Amino acid sequence: MSTIEERVKKIVAEQLGVKEEEIQNSSSFVEDLGADSLDTVELVMALEEEFETEIPDEEAEKITTVQEAVDYVNAHQ
Amino acid sequence: MSEQQVSQDLQGRVALVTGASRGIGRATALELGRRGATVIGTATSESGAQKITEGLQAAGVAGEGMALNVTDAASVETVLKAIAEKYSAPLILVNNAGITKDNLMMRMKEEEWDDVMETNLKSVYRMSKACLRAMTKARWGRIINISSVVATMGNMGQANYCAAKAGMEGFTRSLARELGSRNITVNAVAPGFIATDMTEVLPEEQKEFLVKQVPLGRLGQPEEIAAAVGFLASEPAAYITGETLHVNGGMNMR
Repeated sequence: MSTIEERVKKIVAEQLGVKEEEIQNSSSFVEDLGADSLDTVELVMALEEEFETEIPDEEAEKITTVQEAVDYVNAHQ
Repeated sequence: MSEQQVSQDLQGRVALVTGASRGIGRATALELGRRGATVIGTATSESGAQKITEGLQAAGVAGEGMALNVTDAASVETVLKAIAEKYSAPLILVNNAGITKDNLMMRMKEEEWDDVMETNLKSVYRMSKACLRAMTKARWGRIINISSVVATMGNMGQANYCAAKAGMEGFTRSLARELGSRNITVNAVAPGFIATDMTEVLPEEQKEFLVKQVPLGRLGQPEEIAAAVGFLASEPAAYITGETLHVNGGMNMR
């Protein structure tokens, strides 16, 4: 069973078309991984599907790095 | 129409056409089927859906009719889920369902305004949104909105209908910009006066007057709109997005 961190990184890699080993916990989706606004929306939707949760818009806005995504999932499991 | 060799480039794609029990929607469903797509046509009633299923079967098109109320979010969700489970998520969406509630502005009731906005415009938001996730994932999609010549010309007694159709064209351009990077094209087709139940109810005098405005001197056929939709759904139309294709016999040249 993969950890939440691994699952988040896998989704980020798939969604943004980057290699998993290039993704750090501190990586910013927009600044480091080249995401545009539509990418970040798609990313949040992919996280919602993977972790079977609904992320409200105001929360989604705050998820800008891999670590923030992991923290959000951990806090809402 | 004669048996022509038609490209089957939509083979393997699922197309969703709203308001497909008659007129332009019906012709469009058959045209997409002829191009190889599996077609889900929707109607507001079960009997309408049954009629669509029979029509598709008779034409040898894969797919079926389903009952859908485009003004009801729950109905949209149920139908999209059913399609995804039985076939696969539609990557071609034709927003065709529409109604008219004509009245001169001074007499137009709020209900007549709201009904037309709900069915003709908000439904486009609702249906498009429901189909987008699968399209962005697939990195391929076609959304084709059936507008009207009156969106640009205006028409007496149709302030609600014209506003909804003009709104639809603006929506088309915005969405085309949003989704271009995902290889999803969003276009509109604006029919002129087409021989359907919607124009059949017009008084004979008005029909004669209308035909006089058309350089080609006749009403259009539903199949002539369907052909334009089929083209926009096809691979060769991949570089066209945010466009409104006017099919009106020349009555509104620009």
